[in-house]
Amino acid sequence: MSNIPEDLKYTQSHEWVSREANGNVRIGITDHAQEALGDLVFVELPAVGDETDQGDSVAVVESVKAASDIYAPVTGEVVAINEDLEDDPGLINNDPYGDGWLYEVALSDESELDDLLDAEAYEESLED
Amino acid sequence: MARKTTLYSAHIAAGAKMVDFGGWDMPINYGSQIEEHHQVRGDAGMFDVSHMSAVDVEGERSREFLSFLLANDVAKLRESGKALYSCMLNEQGGVIDDLIVYYLDETRFRLVINAATTDKDLAWIKRQAGPFDLGIAPRRDLDMIAVQGPLARQKVMSLLPGEHVEAASSLKPFFAAQLGDFFVARTGYTGEDGFEVTLPGEQAHAFWDRLLEAGVRPCGLGARDTLRLEAGMNLYGQDMDEETTPLEAGLGWTVAMKDEREFIGREALEAQKAGGVPWRFTGFILEGRGVLRAGQRVVTSAGDGVITSGTYSPTLQKAIGMGRIPAEADGTCQVDMRGKLLELRLVRPPFVRNGAACEGIL
Repeated sequence: MSNIPEDLKYTQSHEWVSREANGNVRIGITDHAQEALGDLVFVELPAVGDETDQGDSVAVVESVKAASDIYAPVTGEVVAINEDLEDDPGLINNDPYGDGWLYEVALSDESELDDLLDAEAYEESLED
Repeated sequence: MARKTTLYSAHIAAGAKMVDFGGWDMPINYGSQIEEHHQVRGDAGMFDVSHMSAVDVEGERSREFLSFLLANDVAKLRESGKALYSCMLNEQGGVIDDLIVYYLDETRFRLVINAATTDKDLAWIKRQAGPFDLGIAPRRDLDMIAVQGPLARQKVMSLLPGEHVEAASSLKPFFAAQLGDFFVARTGYTGEDGFEVTLPGEQAHAFWDRLLEAGVRPCGLGARDTLRLEAGMNLYGQDMDEETTPLEAGLGWTVAMKDEREFIGREALEAQKAGGVPWRFTGFILEGRGVLRAGQRVVTSAGDGVITSGTYSPTLQKAIGMGRIPAEADGTCQVDMRGKLLELRLVRPPFVRNGAACEGIL
């Protein structure tokens, strides 16, 4: 059974969203997603300063098996990216909710967070 | 409903993630396919390849039949136990399957064919065998475990009965011997040394468990694919199929046409040679970031080609692939990766042999 932390928000396309202390949100892919993809070998992230719209394809993660698009869960300006992933994409496999985060955005619209799934709803979406 | 090999429960017990492969429920990995890959390059790993089929061809005219059936020439098989890689072609020169044929004795040869093609292969072989008065016997009673890696042979030999160790240790590459119940072949699909052991199904679990105890790690089809691609070995259904001739798939070296031997597909291949083979099969390396995948378009000066196999090479830590480009292409080639054109370097496979990058690859 995959790990789904209670304190995060989720999308049906297997991204997670976490509210940081500074008000920005951090985005990554779920344990379920990394498990399904297998060993990750390459990550293409947005650039700091990019404006991303909710639902846009903003990043690509590639495993040995397949390439998978990452869709922006929320609208906002990219303020940080996880540069460690360039040398070690396996961080996503080892620690998808921690060291394997992808990027951070400054939210444009707080209310978009309400569109996201809570842990329970995400877990249910996996069972469908 | 996918079929299960004898070792299915052993895979589940080892934590395998199972996928459908050619109608069989097979392990794709047991956690990390990259770790399994490195295990084979550096130590020893084992693969359940029981989904593949051993087929014994028996009868006085076996050699004559195989000489007609196969594009490589079984006349090369003179010593008992010798193995030969060959394509089996249709009349149009397309590849029905690729296989290994082992010479057991003058009235008995063993073919090892792919899983997904087994039914059509058997139908084809039986049809062609009609006039030759042969027995065509699929050996569904046998399972196959491939043990591969620099320490693989040593670990297998430590488990063989004492009287068979010397025969096993003296097997040369691409030779096999029947040692008691085990048919032990020094062959593989990884670019490493090792054995492929064909054994009675009822002994498969015990042998698998003893290999585990000897420190041989189970490896899934994921690692098998990255290993074979690094080794520059074609995969049937991807790198060639019934619409592709061996000459278009980098397998010209397996087609024996120097003498007058008649074999199925020969006329078509001769016509293609005379008219010019339209495709060149080549290896690719992507120096930039990204992963080559089967089906990606290759842009050349003479039109488009295609990546037929691509992956991330765990040994080289960059993307590698194989595929077809137009024969007239010269200069640089690019791959179309999600709309971006990225420069490819053309190389001659293999990429990796015996744990190290081949010359000209790095």
